[in-house]
Amino acid sequence: MTSLRILRLVLPAVVCFGMVSPGALAASLTLYSAQHEQTVDLLTKAFTKETGIDVKVHSGEAPELASQIVKEGASSPADIFFTENSPELELLSEKGLLAKVAPATLASVPAQDSSPAGDWVGVLARENVLVFNKSMIQEASLPASLLDLAKPEWKGKIAIAPTDADFLPLVGAVIAMKGRPAALEWLKGLHDNATLFDDDEGVVAAVDRGAVATGIINNYYWARLRAEKGADKIQSAIHHFAGGDVGGLMNVSGAAVLKSSRNQAAGQKFLAFLVSKPAQDMISKLDITFEYPLAAGVAANPILKPIGELQPPSLTIKQIGDDRDAAQLLREAGLI
Amino acid sequence: MSQVAGLTVAQGALGLGQRAEQAHRWGRAPAPLIGAAVLAAALVLLPILVTIVQAAGLSAKDAIDLLVRPLVGRLLINTVGLVVAASFTCAIIGTATAWLVERTDLPGRKVWAVLAAAPLAVPPFISSYAWVSLSNGLQDFAGALLVVTCAYYPLVYLPVAAALRGLDPAPEETARSLGYGAWGCFVRVVAPQLRPALYGGMLLVALDTLIEFGAFALLRFRTFTTELYAQYRTGLDGPESSLLALVLIALCLVCVVAELNVRGRARYSRVGSGVRRIAAPVRLGLTRWPALLAFAALTSATLGVPLGMIGYWLLQHAQAATSPVAPSLPLLFSATFASVSYGLAGAAAAVVLAAPLGYLTTRYPSRLSVILERIAYLAQGVPGIVVALAFISLTIETIRPLYQSAALLVVAYAILFLPFALVGVRSALAQVQPGLEEAARSLGLGWFGVTVRVLAPLAGPGIGAGAAMVFVFVVTELTTTLLLAPIGTRTLATEVWANTSTLAFAAAAPFAGMMLLISLLSTWLLARRFGAAVFPDGA
Repeated sequence: MTSLRILRLVLPAVVCFGMVSPGALAASLTLYSAQHEQTVDLLTKAFTKETGIDVKVHSGEAPELASQIVKEGASSPADIFFTENSPELELLSEKGLLAKVAPATLASVPAQDSSPAGDWVGVLARENVLVFNKSMIQEASLPASLLDLAKPEWKGKIAIAPTDADFLPLVGAVIAMKGRPAALEWLKGLHDNATLFDDDEGVVAAVDRGAVATGIINNYYWARLRAEKGADKIQSAIHHFAGGDVGGLMNVSGAAVLKSSRNQAAGQKFLAFLVSKPAQDMISKLDITFEYPLAAGVAANPILKPIGELQPPSLTIKQIGDDRDAAQLLREAGLI
Repeated sequence: MSQVAGLTVAQGALGLGQRAEQAHRWGRAPAPLIGAAVLAAALVLLPILVTIVQAAGLSAKDAIDLLVRPLVGRLLINTVGLVVAASFTCAIIGTATAWLVERTDLPGRKVWAVLAAAPLAVPPFISSYAWVSLSNGLQDFAGALLVVTCAYYPLVYLPVAAALRGLDPAPEETARSLGYGAWGCFVRVVAPQLRPALYGGMLLVALDTLIEFGAFALLRFRTFTTELYAQYRTGLDGPESSLLALVLIALCLVCVVAELNVRGRARYSRVGSGVRRIAAPVRLGLTRWPALLAFAALTSATLGVPLGMIGYWLLQHAQAATSPVAPSLPLLFSATFASVSYGLAGAAAAVVLAAPLGYLTTRYPSRLSVILERIAYLAQGVPGIVVALAFISLTIETIRPLYQSAALLVVAYAILFLPFALVGVRSALAQVQPGLEEAARSLGLGWFGVTVRVLAPLAGPGIGAGAAMVFVFVVTELTTTLLLAPIGTRTLATEVWANTSTLAFAAAAPFAGMMLLISLLSTWLLARRFGAAVFPDGA
């Protein structure tokens, strides 16, 4: 391999990179996505097939993407933001970075699951649950309230993922229902009791292999593990919080078009597609996400507990907040 | 050893030892050459400086409060505990395998010699993926130690084996004749002579463990790198994160400096010349069976598990969470193409950065050239996650056109892997007699002509070896790729990551398999093509 031959190999690659600079193709949409890559892949492919509009995806964790969009400001390359939880969308909404969603799109889902200001639309919902290892603990001895997990008797028996984007809304909900001082006390208790993981996948895997007895997760991480391992091999089960306890919080995964986007019409088309019956049907039929579809008349995956039987706390999107207070509190409690 | 061993110990090797050997002074270096070399060194320092500037936003009191808190303590215990434990397990396994291969009559030594070095071509996060998908019981500290040991023990094996090959057997024979047994002789005579190679290898293990990210993230083991990533994901990438990054950089620099010192003092010289003999192999007798069993177990753990698990998952398809997205050939092709293109671009960029540095240090050695070269070698102590985070905030705030660009990612690769390119360039140029360049110039060739017609043909193969090594590292790189890849770019590494971190092991398998294939194939070609230069004594 002489250096000339290397040069001959490398030059075309370098030239190619030079040409594909971001934003060069106006006909396509850029999606900042915190939803699962597999789900988004299927959705964007179906969307491109239907409309001919190409979608480029930039994946990341929702708070990371939100802070990126805030920093990028008016020149953000993103056209659409698709998250797993509402707070990041609320943050961008408060900063005035989101465009109004077409009324017809908003009308496809229940009003309380979308932005109060009408600038993002709810797409899917997921439930917060407790996962427990069946051979380590009986369901009957699990606590009635999420807040009980901060009590000393739970020391060493609980796993949490404080840096997962799904944990922050839960903290926001506790702040809304019990006040900031009580929320801080709760987090300090968890700090003493809990084994920490990077994400919900880590928590559910640890509980299933018996490293920890219980863990706080969103329901569908367990459903995914069950699908991956097989129902006969799974060592864990999930426990639903009842009676409107904060532990049974329902999180809304939503999407918005950015105000700075130069592809407003195409962006609105994508939002409409996300809440359309075919797209919602596709998501709930595939064993990938296990989230509740929000569009009327679409049945949820049968592996999920029927949404009518859940007893989530009655909190509005506004009350759950925008993650900033929650993140601050996590740091004060020494969890991040 | 010298620069040859530098290439052999692929992961970190410096090859600083032979600086002055060709101090062929040509007077003052031309200013553009110095400028280019300074620029390369400055690029290496850039991410560290950006991190320091960001952390400087904190008051001294806040900084102390942030450093002295339980989280930092836990990360230190996790990180340092693993680094120390891994250095020792690698030292034991690496030395034992080296001794068995080099000094005994173990059956199949030639094959074991290759198999013992081969795990270096398996990226740690791929073996992490394999172990995690084999059993999720292999996590936390024990899992991390297992994966790190499997991945990095060759960093001890290779230099120790090279040192054993180079040892004069005479002192051992003298010791034996004076009454030491085989064990006593090893401990009192052989081991002390292996010390420089052993310590150097252990420090490389420590350094690589400190900067590893993907393997630990998949194993759910929290270290400084995974915590930095977690904070970035939570949108908390402020001065507090920069402070954590500085702690990590400090730990890494301690290892780099210690490694340089060990290397600098690596001298156990013989008085007088003469022909070095090959030591008579120790007869293992019946112990050869447990030894063979141990080698088989080691190879199963380091190569068998990754290859086996990838094969297993490739054959699984019906499972729910994976099937709808399972092997999509076009995506596999495009991810492979992206990885290979970035590999080539990264290798070219690293060589471009390394060339002026290498030329300056071999042709115009001076205090400045030594300083610049040392700075360039610091790059191996700067974790990918730190470079990526620094570059994101730098481009988002000041150099917007480079933000999310392919060019930025290529520059990041060039910085991270500059030491490997530099080792190649330096050793290749050192072997070209400066007289040939002088002759060409005196016959009327300009600098371009000299470069193309004299230097390129003569130094080309050596530089190519360095570039090939950078290529392999770029293809198997995860952290920087994950954070800096332009929108819509998917490489083999990002696909393995996206699927494995969501427990979709079967979906990850084709990408993991392709990456392993490219890595093993390139390493094999590298060893064959440059065998004489890269792997001394035909090992």
